[in-house]
Amino acid sequence: MWRFISFRLLQAIPVILAVITMTFFLVRIAPGGPFDSEKAVMPEVKAALEAQYRLDQPLFNQYTAYLGDLAQGEFGPSFKYPGRSVNELIGAGLPVTAELGLYALLVAVIIGGLAGVMASLKPNTAQDYLPMSAAMIGICMPSFLLGPLLVLVFGIYLDWLPVSGWGDIPGDKILPSITLGSAYAAYIARLSRAGMLEVMSQDYIRTARAKGLPEWQVVTKHALRGGLIPVVAFLGPAFAGLLAGSFVVETIFQIPGLGRFYVQAAFNRDYTMILGTTVFLSTLIVLFNLLSDILAAWMNPRLRAQFGEK
Amino acid sequence: MSLLEVNDLQVSFVTRMGTNKAVDGISFSVEIGKITAIIGESGSGKSVACYSMLGLIPQPPGRIDGGQALFEGQDLLQMSEAQLREIRGRDIAMIFQDPMTCLNPFMTIGKQLVEPLLYHKDVSKEQAKRRAIELLEEVGIRDPEDTFDNFPHQFSGGMRQRVMIAMALINEPKLLIADEPTTALDVTIQAQILKLIAELQTKRDIGVIFISHDLAVVADIADQIIVMQQGKVVEGGDSQHIFHNAEHPYTQKLLSAIPADSKQPMEDETEPLIQVRKLCTWFEQGKNKKPVKAVNDVSFDINRGEVLGLVGESGSGKSTIGRSILRLVPITSGQVSFDETDVTQLQGGNLKNFRRRMQMIFQDPFASLNPRMTVFDTLAEPLLLHGIANRKTVASGVLKLMDDVGLARNFVRKYPHEFSGGQRQRIAIGRALATSPEFVVADEPVSALDVTIQAQILDLMQDLGKEYGLTMLFVSHDLAVVRHLADRILVLYKGEIVEQGTGEDLFERPQQDYTRQLLQSIPGRALLS
Amino acid sequence: MTTDVISDITEAEQGSSLWHDAWLRLRKNKMALFGGITLLLFVIIAILTPLIAPYSYETQNLDLGATPPSAAHWLGTDIFGRDLLTQVMYGGRISLAVGFVATSVALVIGITWGAIAGYVGGRVDAVMMRLVDILYALPFMIFIVLLMVVFGRNVLLLFLAIGAVEWLTMARIMRSQVQQLRQQEFVEAAISLGLPPHTIIRRHLIPNALGPIIVYTTLTIPSVMLLEAFLSFLGLGIQPPQTSWGLLISYGAETMEEFPWLLIFPGLALTLTLFSLNFLGDGLRDALDVRRSKD
Repeated sequence: MWRFISFRLLQAIPVILAVITMTFFLVRIAPGGPFDSEKAVMPEVKAALEAQYRLDQPLFNQYTAYLGDLAQGEFGPSFKYPGRSVNELIGAGLPVTAELGLYALLVAVIIGGLAGVMASLKPNTAQDYLPMSAAMIGICMPSFLLGPLLVLVFGIYLDWLPVSGWGDIPGDKILPSITLGSAYAAYIARLSRAGMLEVMSQDYIRTARAKGLPEWQVVTKHALRGGLIPVVAFLGPAFAGLLAGSFVVETIFQIPGLGRFYVQAAFNRDYTMILGTTVFLSTLIVLFNLLSDILAAWMNPRLRAQFGEK
Repeated sequence: MSLLEVNDLQVSFVTRMGTNKAVDGISFSVEIGKITAIIGESGSGKSVACYSMLGLIPQPPGRIDGGQALFEGQDLLQMSEAQLREIRGRDIAMIFQDPMTCLNPFMTIGKQLVEPLLYHKDVSKEQAKRRAIELLEEVGIRDPEDTFDNFPHQFSGGMRQRVMIAMALINEPKLLIADEPTTALDVTIQAQILKLIAELQTKRDIGVIFISHDLAVVADIADQIIVMQQGKVVEGGDSQHIFHNAEHPYTQKLLSAIPADSKQPMEDETEPLIQVRKLCTWFEQGKNKKPVKAVNDVSFDINRGEVLGLVGESGSGKSTIGRSILRLVPITSGQVSFDETDVTQLQGGNLKNFRRRMQMIFQDPFASLNPRMTVFDTLAEPLLLHGIANRKTVASGVLKLMDDVGLARNFVRKYPHEFSGGQRQRIAIGRALATSPEFVVADEPVSALDVTIQAQILDLMQDLGKEYGLTMLFVSHDLAVVRHLADRILVLYKGEIVEQGTGEDLFERPQQDYTRQLLQSIPGRALLS
Repeated sequence: MTTDVISDITEAEQGSSLWHDAWLRLRKNKMALFGGITLLLFVIIAILTPLIAPYSYETQNLDLGATPPSAAHWLGTDIFGRDLLTQVMYGGRISLAVGFVATSVALVIGITWGAIAGYVGGRVDAVMMRLVDILYALPFMIFIVLLMVVFGRNVLLLFLAIGAVEWLTMARIMRSQVQQLRQQEFVEAAISLGLPPHTIIRRHLIPNALGPIIVYTTLTIPSVMLLEAFLSFLGLGIQPPQTSWGLLISYGAETMEEFPWLLIFPGLALTLTLFSLNFLGDGLRDALDVRRSKD
């Protein structure tokens, strides 16, 4: 297993490096250049600014210096807000986004997993059609549509729940978490249904029944593990999706998280900020992918053995 | 009182396409201390009958329409699911066909083994483990203490079947149902497992239902035999009666499908058509691993007009030899000459010309036909490619091939999925013969077919072989079939030839241990002589 | 003789091809059929929009302002007094175009890449698929956002960027198809008959790989359309004066308290299209008997 983990870790390094490199040069070759200021500034000020952002150095040196900063955990200064650094913004936004993401993931895994497993146990009955129709709606109702609709119904017409903020008024975390999580609940419901159906048709399930085990034990002891591997493997991509989704949800609900900062930075053309956040988020996504891969592989004894016992 | 008495059992499957009566009023009984074999081809309802008694077929689409299944006097069909669960795994246990898929790959065998014991009996985990290890030892697993915590993928097929047997026996059931328990295994392993089941049965004096498609397999172990066809029992009785005085035509057909004779070898010597010299075909396994030596330093001749049999178990390299001769896999070294031309060096047009003269018949008729092409397209392709027919004459060429292989002409525009396995194999044979080849490799051409169909296809191949004057390499794991068809036989083991000779030579005077072992493993040897 | 033969062939029972069987199965699936018909309708409307739109796209009527649905404006008007139905129709043109064009880009790159890797095999395959693996691990969603920020919001770039993400899965599916098919005995039979490689690919590989590709294509279009709508909602996709459903939803969300129809109707259009595509894709998957891809 350790071999597998280290193997996958080694694989992740070039990916992260590629992300950093691509992002860095993409931002530098942006048409017009990120540091062509709209306002006329004094040459001395400009020179000082350029020195601060290392723009007076050759591109390659800028790149290596940036890598050096990153190695020390330094994501660079904000271009639009002098004096603030990307690290500070991450420090302020990350806890909020992480909490939102966690709730959304819980919504997705618990509701989605339950619905999918339930549906798979009685295929082609109401117990299957109902949750699966709901899942189809979830997939076809993107967060940027579902969010406003939820706000309209529960926030404005019914006036049950607050429509913006995070942690200011009790209950203001409910709508954003549901908005962000619902699409992934739908995906997980479909994945776990398909996975469970596949496993339940396997010969070893028949063996378990022939042993006289009651059906719930057949499901929990023999089927669940194999049936949920695809769901675990999906958690990585789901995490990436949740992060991107947080851009929208934090904008709709005015939540001071990383996603909203990122969108604002994109609009302000705050290039250093975009660069820093992109690198940070990408690394996070790559690592999370890695984690869900390792978890899925660990659940499969054959894979575990392949990398462990030789 | 019989251990199990089944009266007029009826089971059907209800689908959108209609109702299909899978089991149509069968009756039989199983006695304590006896092995009862249920014999039938695929779709005869033999497995459905046994599964339905234990509530193991999904309902719907399955439906039990009537009858009784009295187990120790109690009707299983009237029991609730909870009552059946008490019986399953405690009083009636099962083993299944494919040991590769019947064990849970996510659980150690130890956990799976003690599961029925812990569930049905009031024992501690330690007691259960001790009992499991004893049983593992009894069924012939080496070092059961160490392997107790291994996962199924760490065992070979034969070993997994032994684990399955131990699991079935752990509660000392009164009835064991074995559903084709040896079909997925090699011949020598099959012989071992059959022996094991018979031994365990005698020792415990329990009843066994042994489901199989192959009369020969049960010949040595069954006390009672029930023959099923299309959901009905056509004949039943003690095994001596079935083997020697079978009355029903279907039973007689099954018996006559067991090839029992040796082919007389060709009388006049002819010159070799194929010469294989020092053939090696190795498969690379990746950078740091040793290559698999599928075929290693093999030399032999095939004479013109001869049928050469190639016998071996899975992994012996027998299929790879055929494919190497036909240039379907790249060879590592050695020479293959066909009519005095080195085939291994041919390229382009020359290779195409040789391909016309050498063809192949494949094992799985479900995979060897392009599912998107009609019979006409499949048979016309080689005719047109090699200029044997043109646009005008191709239709009559295709129809002649269909006549030759015994397919009705009005099937010509149908697709492969509309045919049965035997019919598909006829199409595949027609395609191989389309170019009027001189040499054909037949790679297990009947092993995917039902027994009675096997006999038909083998007859067809023999007739066509004569008609087309074919030289043939006949690859099979089944010594009886090969003996019936081949002039000479090569025995292959781990990529090398261990022995060769005529069928009679090998059967009467085997020289090597491995050959002897193979011969002893042939199921129902008593029937062959 | 020849006349006999010809009558034998023409009078022979017509077999039922797998495509035909699949069509019969699809026809029984009401949801898939509904999806297919709805989609067809939307596509026809999108193509004919300039001819059949009730108002011209630019017409504003600031005096009118936002009005709820009425006989003159079936879906109401927006705050500039523009007819919402016209807006939704023109928006649908862009949204559907992005869906189809970007999917085609993905299809062409993915199939070619996957087919070559699968057919050639060996080192070439290893290198090509390694590259796909690495690209797969990249967080593309964030990259597209970055791309749109850096290079400005341009439709062509959007097509290319989305297509460039989606081709990876297509390549994987195509490769596994080709690899699987190559091991099938009927392909070996074709080789042993002496058929040249291009004929084998054309007659034996492509027709058999088509099913999964059709299914996956149908399911890629909705995910592409979602991506476009997502970016447009954030203001990083389609830009005015052009419009798309995502952009309309974004405007609608801003004013939903007073004018909810501005959110609901574009949302309905998008959801209905996604529904249709997903139902059609699921139906095709069942009809063509394509097993769920493991990726």
